[in-house]
Parts: sequence; structure tokens; C-alpha cells
Amino acid sequence: MTGARTIVGATGEWELVIGLEVHAQAATRSKLFSGAATAFGAEPNVQVSLVDAAMPGMLPVINGAAVDQAIRTGLALGAEVNRFSVFDRKNYFYPDLPQGYQISQYRHPIVGAGELRVDLPDGRTRVVGIERLHLEQDAGKLVHDRSATDSHVDLNRAGIPLMEIVSRPDLRDWEEAGAYLRKLRALLRAIGSCDGNMEQGSLRADANVSVRRPGAPLGTRCELKNLNSVRFLMRAIEVEARRQVGIIEAGEAVRQETRLYDPQRNETRAMRSKEDAHDYRYFPDPDLLPLSLSDARIERLRDSLPELPDEIRERLIGEYGLTPYDASVLVAEPDAAGFFEAAAQGRSGKRVANWIVTNLFGALNEAERPLAESPVSAEALGQLVGLIENGTISDRIARDVFEEMFRTGSSPQAIVEARGLRQIQDADAIDAAIDAALSANPGQLEQYRAGKTKVLGWFVGQVMKATRGQANPALVNARLRQKLDPDGAG
Amino acid sequence: MALSDDDVRRVAELVRIGLDESEVKPLGEELSRIFSWIEALREVDVAGVAPMTSVVEMQLRERDDAVTDGDCRDQVLGNAPAADDGHFVVPRVIE
Amino acid sequence: MASDLNRLGVAEAAARLAAGDCSAVELVEACIAAQEAAANLNAVVADTAERACAAARHADQRRHRNEARPLEGIPVAVKDIFCTRGAPTTAGSRILDGFVPEYESTVSAKLWDTGAILLGKTNMDEFAMGSSNETSWWGPVRNPWSPADGPSLVPGGSSGGSAAIVAAHAVPAALGTDTGGSIRQPASFCGVVGLKPTYGRCSRWGIIAFASSLDQAGPLTRSVADAALILQHIAGFDPKDSTSADLPVPDLHSALQGDVKGLRVGIPAEYRLDTLPVAVGDLWEQGIAWFRAAGAELRDVSLPHTRYALPAYYIVAPAEASANLARYDGVRFGLRSAGKDPDELYTRTRREGFGEEVRRRIMIGGYVLSEGYYDAYYLRAQQVRTRIAEDFRTAFREVDVLLTPTAPSSAFPEGAKTDDPLAMYVNDIFTVPASLAGLPAISVPAGLDDDRLPLGLQLIGQAFDEATLLRAAAALENAVGTLQAPAVSA
Ligand SMILES: [Mg+2]
Ligand SMILES: [Zn+2]
Repeated sequence: MTGARTIVGATGEWELVIGLEVHAQAATRSKLFSGAATAFGAEPNVQVSLVDAAMPGMLPVINGAAVDQAIRTGLALGAEVNRFSVFDRKNYFYPDLPQGYQISQYRHPIVGAGELRVDLPDGRTRVVGIERLHLEQDAGKLVHDRSATDSHVDLNRAGIPLMEIVSRPDLRDWEEAGAYLRKLRALLRAIGSCDGNMEQGSLRADANVSVRRPGAPLGTRCELKNLNSVRFLMRAIEVEARRQVGIIEAGEAVRQETRLYDPQRNETRAMRSKEDAHDYRYFPDPDLLPLSLSDARIERLRDSLPELPDEIRERLIGEYGLTPYDASVLVAEPDAAGFFEAAAQGRSGKRVANWIVTNLFGALNEAERPLAESPVSAEALGQLVGLIENGTISDRIARDVFEEMFRTGSSPQAIVEARGLRQIQDADAIDAAIDAALSANPGQLEQYRAGKTKVLGWFVGQVMKATRGQANPALVNARLRQKLDPDGAG
Repeated sequence: MALSDDDVRRVAELVRIGLDESEVKPLGEELSRIFSWIEALREVDVAGVAPMTSVVEMQLRERDDAVTDGDCRDQVLGNAPAADDGHFVVPRVIE
Repeated sequence: MASDLNRLGVAEAAARLAAGDCSAVELVEACIAAQEAAANLNAVVADTAERACAAARHADQRRHRNEARPLEGIPVAVKDIFCTRGAPTTAGSRILDGFVPEYESTVSAKLWDTGAILLGKTNMDEFAMGSSNETSWWGPVRNPWSPADGPSLVPGGSSGGSAAIVAAHAVPAALGTDTGGSIRQPASFCGVVGLKPTYGRCSRWGIIAFASSLDQAGPLTRSVADAALILQHIAGFDPKDSTSADLPVPDLHSALQGDVKGLRVGIPAEYRLDTLPVAVGDLWEQGIAWFRAAGAELRDVSLPHTRYALPAYYIVAPAEASANLARYDGVRFGLRSAGKDPDELYTRTRREGFGEEVRRRIMIGGYVLSEGYYDAYYLRAQQVRTRIAEDFRTAFREVDVLLTPTAPSSAFPEGAKTDDPLAMYVNDIFTVPASLAGLPAISVPAGLDDDRLPLGLQLIGQAFDEATLLRAAAALENAVGTLQAPAVSA
């Protein structure tokens, strides 16, 4: 059993089959075939050369750094880097495509088959096949909200280098698709071949989705275009799969088409502009020669790769004793492994990992902020865990301190001092609180004596309450047992 | 090799050359004549022959990754039949 | 005396200017007067007289300051396919109506850097698609050799305006481009020298593309020495063109000094067509005799795939053109016809902007690249190209140059072949094979036919061996002596 989610329709169970085509902007200063800049956020049509605008007589010259990034990404995916690849023209008309063709790679891509290992929340691992990675130009942007009758064209993105990474249809539900995209993003960021910024369009996914009876042959797929967040990707896949199940169960056939996801209405709809069957008339771009790569270049780039996420994951498990799941989560989130290692200096790795994965990620998620903008630094989180480990505060108090750290950015020591949260370690003080609790509650004491030993826990709670949570719970527990049960304690 | 009327219409649509219905037949006949002349190529044994890519053995040259171009919006938009506030303008696109 | 300045060749004019026998202003004014006198040829489409005069004054000043460059003050006409900064550039097409580039093609820029002066953008077949200059939006060009009392003859094409204006002694040299014979065939029809360099010898940057893997710029002049001189200055590596060859340009002037004793001249058997007019066949025999008399060694060679060259060309060139011309969509430059949506705008613009022959070739190109036909047509044609190139390589193991007719006929009357595309295409039967193989080739005026119309002989050289090619061409020119000049300039 795969353990993947299925959709249960009126007539039974349906399995999803998903493949992703991810467009990752190769991290370069200039465009794939021109010297115009790639920086985000420029005024319209400023980062456009005459080549990008496809003025008559203009010719493409390839950016070696984009080629390097594609090779490095291929190597990080454990893929075959092809010594010979070809740039093709993909011909179609659209106002965001100045040349009337996109320079892409069709028959001979720069990178062939590889794989990506995806760890899932339920502890399963799925190894997703990568079919290919090819280099291609991005298109420009159409702006529809400046006029009721016209669309405006901004070519700043036209010609930006993209690595299209095509997975095999190995994903079986939206969780898996989301985990795949996160993991791929982490890999790209780790090696620096793409900044992974989905809000700025540096990373976008198209999802090919179909449904079938478990184990049956493939159904008709629809392509969901330009999903620009992990959340939208997951929601779009689920809602599209449910739509397809509905169609099939109503006795109709799914139409193969390109669809757009509307996050407001949480539904997908067919793209009007992509209705006609496409015949892209690919052929090798005669303005460019085939790209041939030397072994020496590939080896040099292999040597330039940093530690990869899967390698980091193994190391976190081995060196810090993390659970495979925590380790996977840490390598899947951008910058999280580094954050962890900084926080874990001289502390229990397991405890630090738990704080990051549970508390910090939870808070960040709620605040919709990336780790890079965390108000709690790695150093501060490490200090917080340190305060727990040296007995200064309890886990419970620590949660309050963390909340305040997240809200105000203050250091844990400062919060503990200012609010007087230091844990009570003094046995006499604790004994006094215990005595007070016992004498105030003779009824419960009677119950305990009568054999209802669960009441012990209730008394711990009373003592903690009386000390505003500051008593060391382990100490309270031990002293209470001794008082109530002096013989058994020995 | 004869082109059908539908072939002619399909290709004309792909390449956006705008064909009147009255032009379909004569153009189809003319193209069919050209293609039957081109058929001669079938006689050539091309098994295992690499398609031509370059006159001389040449490597694709790669550029250094530096910003050397762009920042010339006036030139980019200078010949545009319709431009507005730094953009090219086209009739509304429905996606 | 000054009235004859327009009759000077490039080298002669440069010598006269250097000696102070005439000024650049006088030279340019003489050529402007000659162009005005030849206005009925319709050879020039963009009037650049005013800026030429200004440039000539500037040239004279430089000479006074002893800052004269090699071609200081020499006027050159440029085919309207070269983008020229600030001067309208239309490629003979209505679709580029009103287009004024803000950039200069590499080849023309190199020429201006040597001091040469732009005088006249010349008429051409629309997007260089034609062999008679009858497909131009600007109307047909009249061959200056047309009999005063007879029909108007075509100048050949597509560089028909360049050939005609040089033949009319209205400029010492012109630039053309050759894709399948577009420099050589009009040179033959107009009785001038036309040189197509090796593919990759001259940059294609800034030249409006017809078929990228074939297009090559070159000079049209009234002598071989002038062709060599112009090539010397326009050739060379250009990092902006990925197909430009990074090879040194030989000293072509000294290459002309040698003789052809012992030069091995090949006569390809497959060029002996049954349909060859007697005059053309006789002239070819005469050429063979001239070379033998000059001490060359004549050898029969075989180019077995010759007959497949034209069909292969009529797949490759239209396929590339169909993509190259996709950028003419009415959005960023040139003609725009109204449309309710982008597709209607494209279709109307391209219908109104492109002429019949261009639309025909775009159709051919679109068809051979479309789904299911790519392998049978485009791929096969490119494989046939490899075979053709192999034929030449084999032949060049035995010989140094090849001698053939340039065209299967002399200039024909306007309208004679416009109804039959295939009859028109056959004009390039002797020029296309060298184009497909990327080899340098030159047409040298070699005689007159029974109608007293010029005929050229073609020499084909080895890749990047323009030196040997020009040496052989100079020997041929020497043997021919002086042909009777066309009536228009008599
Ligand atoms: Mg795709
Ligand atoms: Zn893509």
C-alpha cells in the first residue's frame, strides 16, 4: 500500500497520478541570450535589450553561467548531463513572446534522467523520477488591469533563463506534490542555482493531473498552469482531481486541456487562449550551434557543489540523533538546516529540532513568514533550549517565553528576568507549597490514601498553579511522592 | 504529395498568414506541385547521416554573465505602433 | 573630368581621393547625380543623399587633418536588408513600413568605420525571397542592360537593386546578401562581380534574417579587386553572432597578386544540364579554355548530390524563414492592422504586410515543420545538406576551386516567370549547392549572350579560402577583358 491519499467518489475509490513541470529561474545576473539584467522589480521594459524585444536582425548569444547552473542542478539531481544538447525553436504566437518562438530544448535536453527523494510527513519516502531538465527562455508579462480594452506588454522577464525540470508521473496525491516541490526548492537553494522565490516568479510549477481506479491504466490528464505557491499547488491538484472524478462518475469524459487555478474561488477553469491544439513546429535554432560540454567542465562543476540536502539529512540523523522525519523537514525548508545547526551548538539536537519543527515553524506558518524573517534567531532559540536544559525554566514556561520572543524579538534571558519566570529549584519552597496544597484539600488527600493514585497528578497541578508554573515539575513530583508515600519512594 | 484544403487551412492558421477561403484551393495546388518536386529527396540514402549544423567544426561560444545591455526603453519602444506608459499595447488578451 | 567620378571603382576612387585629385564631396555628388539619372531603375528605396553629402564633407575634413581611413569618402549602397541607424529599413516589405532602426548592422558599421559613406538603401525581393526583384513592396527593379526599345528585364534577385545600381555606375560598390544565390545571380544578370563569402566569415548581426543557416553578406562591385577590398573590411569575427567564425581574415589584396599556374580547377559533371542554353554552355567552355591558357590544371569532378540541392534548399530556407518572420506581428514595430484580439491583429497584419511569395514560403516552412512531417522533410533536407557538403569536401581533395556557370540564363523579361514559382526557383540551380555547404563563391562577368546580355561564371572555393577563390576570379576577369557597359550609363 502506498499510503497516499485517494478520492472516494460516489462509485468508489480513485487514485491520483501527478507529474510536475517546474520552471526554475537559473540564478544569473543577465539573461539567457542577451546582456540585459534579470533583477526583480524593475520598471516595465527597462531590463530589455533589442535582442529580447526581437528587433529585426538581432541574434542570441548564450550565457555560460546559465549553462553552468543547469549542469549543477542536473548533477544535484543525480542526473545524466548530456555532453551534446541542442537549442530548438518552439513556434507559437502570443503577445508575451516577441520572437514568435521560444528558444528551448526539445529533442536533446542538457540534462537527462535523474531522481529526487521526497520524505513525507507520515514517514514514507517516495523517490520521484526526473525525466529531464532543459534550458529555455522565459516569456514577458501581460498586464490586463491598466485598460478595459487592451493588454499591456512588459518584456522584462522575456529571455530570463529558466530550467524546466520535468518529473515522471510518480506523485500520487497533493501532499506528495507539495513535498516534492518543497524538496526541489530546498535543493535548488542549497546549490544556489535558483533563489526559489515563488512570490517573485523565480519558481513556478505546472501540474499534470489525472485520476484512475487504483492500479488501472492512466486516465486523461489536464495541465494546471503557473502555480506559484506550494499551497496553491496542493489545493489546485486536489480540487482538479475532485473535478475529474465528478466528470467521470457522471458518465462523461475528461477533456485533455490546459487549465488555470483560481485561488479565490478554489476552482480550476480551462484557459481560453490555449484552446487550439498546438503544433509547435520545433526545429534546431539555426542561430545557435549545438552545445557540447567537456568532462572537465562537468567535473569542475561537480566539485563546486555544496553539501546536498540528502547528505545533510543523513548527517543530522547521524551526528545529532534526529528522527528521520525531523531531519527531512529541516532540509526541506530553506535555510532550516543551517538554522538548526547554529541553534544546536552544545545542546540536545533532538530537543532543538523539536522546537524548530513544532514551535517555530508553527508560529512562522501562522504569521505567514519565511524562516529568513523569523523574529527568533537561531542563537536565541538555542539560548531558550539552554535555559530548559540547565533547569532555569520548565518546558511549559518555555512555551510562554517563546511566544513573547516571537512577538517582541527579545532574548529569552531578558524575558525570564523581567517576568520573574525563573524556575523554583528550592526544595524548602516547594515543600511549603506542597504542604499548603495538601492541607487545603483534605478530601483529595483522603482519596489518594484510599488508593486513587491518579490524584497525585492533580496535586502536582495544584502546586504548579500555586507557583505560577515556576516550580521545577520533576522536583515537585519527587517531593510529593516522598511526602505521600515515604516507603514506596525508597 | 498533395495537400488537402484542410492542410492548407491548418498551416495558414499556425503561421497566421491570413488566407481567404478563395485562396485555399489554388495555393494548395501550387504547394502540392512544389512538394511533388521536393519528393526527389526521398531517393537520397540518409541512413546514419547527421543533419548539418555548421560549415566548420565549431563550438558554441558562451558569453560571460555580465549585464551589458538593456536600459534602452526608448529604443525598445521607439518603433512600436502602440505604446503606453512604458508598455507595448495589444488588444485585450483573454487567458 | 568630375562628371566621370561616378564611373570609378573603389580602389581607383580611393587612390584619386588620396592623391587629392578629387574630393569626397565631388565623388558623392557625382554618384548622387548618377543615381538620379538612373531613377527609372527603381534600384534605390531610401534616399540617403543628404546624409551622404554631410558625411562626405566630414570625410574631406578628416583627410585635411591627415586622419583619412582606408575607404574615407567612398560611397557604398546597402541592400535594404541591413539595419542602418536612422535610415528606414524595410527588407522590401510593407510589413516593415516606417521601421527606422536605432542600430547599425555589424557589417555596415565596419564599413563606415573605414570611412565609407552610405549612399542609397537598395531595392530587393521581399525578405530576400526571389530571384528577379519582382517581389518587392517597392516594385520591380529594372536591369540597366534592358534594351531601350524592348521589354524591361529583371536584374535578378534578391540583391537586384544593389547589382543594378553598381552596374549603372551610380555607386562604386554595394552590399548584398546571399542565401541561395542572391548576390551571385543578380551579379550575373547585371554584369558585375558578386561575392558570397564563407558562411560565418561576415557577421549576420543587424541583417534582417531570411534563412539563418544560409544568409551571408557580401559585396557587389565592378571588379574582383574591389570585391576583395570590400570583403577585407567587412569580414571578421563578431561575438554578437554565435555562428560567426573566430578565424583571422587573410590579406586579400596580396592574394590577388599571384597567377593561376598549377591551380587545380574542377569542372563538376552534374552541372552539365541538358537544358542549359547554348550560350551559357559555350561561355563555360570558354572559361575552361581561359583557365587552361593561364596555366591552370583542369579536372573533371563529381558532385553526385547536386540535383537534390534545390529541393533541400526549398525545405531548409522556408522552414527557417517561417520562424524568422514570426516576429513581424504588428506589436513592436512596422505595420499594424487593427484586430479585436491579438490573433486577429497578427493575421490581418501579416496578410496585409507580406506579399504573395513570402506568404507562400512561410506556408512551405510551416508545413515541413508541422507535426508528422519534420523527419520526412526538414531533418532529411539537413541530412542531404551533409551529403552535399561531403561531395564538395571530396571534390576539394582533387581541386582548389570549381568553375561553373552562375545562372542557367541571362536576364529575362519582367513577368516572364512570376506565375510559376518552380521556374523561378530554378534560377538558383548553380548557386544553391555552395550555399547549402556554406562555401565561398563568386560570380565574375564573363561574356554576353546573343541578346548582348551579360552572363557570369561562378567560382566556388573551399571554406574560408576566399584568398584562392579571389585569385582565380582575378585571373578569370583578366582573361575576359572589358565587357560592353550597359546602355543606361553609356
Ligand atoms: Mg512544458
Ligand atoms: Zn517550459
